[in-house]
Amino acid sequence: MGNLYDLLMQDSRFEDALKACMNCGICTAICPAAEFFQYDPRRICDIVQRKDENEIEALLRSDMIWYCGQCLSCKTRCPRQNVPAEVILVLRQVAIKLGYMDEHIAEQEKRLAETVGNNILEIGYCVHPDKVKPELHQEQGPIWEWYVNNIEAVAPKLGANYHGDGPGALRKIREENLEEVRKIFEVTGGMDLLKTLKEEK
Amino acid sequence: MDESKNKRYWNEYQKEIADDKFFYERSCIRQTFFPGSEAAFLKIMREELGKDIRDEANQHTCTGIGYHSDIVPLETTMTVVARLFSLMTDAGYENYVPSCVTSFGIFTEMVEMWKEHPEMLEKTRKYLKEATGRDFEAPKNIAHPSDIIYKYRFELKEKMKYQLVNRFTGKPLRVVEHIGCHYAKIFPEKGIGKAEFPYVLAGMIEAWGGEVVDYPERRHCCGFGFRHYLLQENRGYSVANTKKKFESMEPFEPDFIVTNCPGCSMFMDKWQYTIAEMENKTYDKDGYGIPVLTYEEMAGMLLGYDPWKLGMQLHQVQVENLLDKIGIPYKPNEKYRGANGEILPSPEKPMNLKV
Ligand code: SF4
Ligand code: SF4
Repeated sequence: MGNLYDLLMQDSRFEDALKACMNCGICTAICPAAEFFQYDPRRICDIVQRKDENEIEALLRSDMIWYCGQCLSCKTRCPRQNVPAEVILVLRQVAIKLGYMDEHIAEQEKRLAETVGNNILEIGYCVHPDKVKPELHQEQGPIWEWYVNNIEAVAPKLGANYHGDGPGALRKIREENLEEVRKIFEVTGGMDLLKTLKEEK
Repeated sequence: MDESKNKRYWNEYQKEIADDKFFYERSCIRQTFFPGSEAAFLKIMREELGKDIRDEANQHTCTGIGYHSDIVPLETTMTVVARLFSLMTDAGYENYVPSCVTSFGIFTEMVEMWKEHPEMLEKTRKYLKEATGRDFEAPKNIAHPSDIIYKYRFELKEKMKYQLVNRFTGKPLRVVEHIGCHYAKIFPEKGIGKAEFPYVLAGMIEAWGGEVVDYPERRHCCGFGFRHYLLQENRGYSVANTKKKFESMEPFEPDFIVTNCPGCSMFMDKWQYTIAEMENKTYDKDGYGIPVLTYEEMAGMLLGYDPWKLGMQLHQVQVENLLDKIGIPYKPNEKYRGANGEILPSPEKPMNLKV
């Protein structure tokens, strides 16, 4: 096993995101995830800055790093200009890289790769009404079901260009553009990450 | 706090917003849930304000939702962003207008990262060239559409047919404003009023006759949580956070909620339905819920645009009571018709939430 702290440092975001945490807990006080889960961004920053390899490994293997909701409220309030949210993004990437995710987290990330990831590569957007299935989104209510069932009739009334060519909302993304996006994913490691996540057991 | 001091805080900081020649970037959440708001924004820009705003056919995702859900690495996101900037550069534009708050955060973050770490800019240029053969320039100005509407709020007021005033009582409507977290919490100086006293929506509400409700959880996140909402089993996180906001605003009896992030608008609307169905609880007195508007819908309805062309029929919490309060006319029997006037089956009614 390599040096985990060094691995974190290799990410350009890390150094800027964690300078000197003074353990004040302001981030935890403002954090919506800390209200909902057994979760404490202050503790994450503290563990990481102490550079204890065993503790960092335990943290990387824990569910704790997966609780953050990425609202970035912690960035606004930290008196030391730390960004716990970004420390967490880096921890998560290292956990993925080293295969340290717990089985159920790996399964969740796999699902995200297969939904949002495929949407990006196939449709050109993270989210699209064709992919927000009412049966998987009961919280969207009967109005969403109505919209999805009648979208071809309703979308043009709202000025959208549903599945059309040219500009406008909900248009089909031309193949040459999707091709360039896919190429970017290949060159920059995006394809590898999606592949890793999809292969996780 | 005395009134004048309070006013000063909320007005203190004004960011730079370009005047014209905008390059528009489409948001996946906004086009999915609020296509009418998008059309309204472009119409306001072109027809009301006479601005040049380009809607580029070759654009695509910014990958922001994937980035914050850990399935897209930084290197990929920065290069996808660079491709979008190259489309802007090729079209001869310099002022970038990302229509989603998540994208606004992503674009701002990438540009700031390139400033801090020129080696990352070089890396981005190299990746983009290798993948697509393209070059790009970073924008001179990045403004969220709500910034632009804010900037021209008084010009728009001149053209408005209605005001945020209750026509039965003559009193200003009481409006809850919610700012998407990534608008000013990441880079406070990039938001009007910064993070603690964001004025972008409050400025519109006040200019257009309404009164802003200041409630304890005003700055709390709507609860999207990226992976949390996207994973069915974690959606409790999202609804719990929004519920906290509803409980905090309830005693102030707001007439409606307005947000500058399409995700927040959607959640604050749909979670009211969810809570009503689960717990038979609404946060207004009459069981209808509190209408949630996008700022484009708010501007559009005051300008006299047809509510059903704005897409207000796609809300689960109905808007008619609000339209009645302001005195905005609408045709009830056109609400659920298609673009050619065809009659469509009506949506089912919720069990508890009144419609
Ligand atoms: S707010 Fe900043 S300094 Fe305080 S505990 Fe959190 S990261 Fe550390
Ligand atoms: S970004 Fe994450 S750690 Fe920071 S306040 Fe939001 S949920 Fe908490």
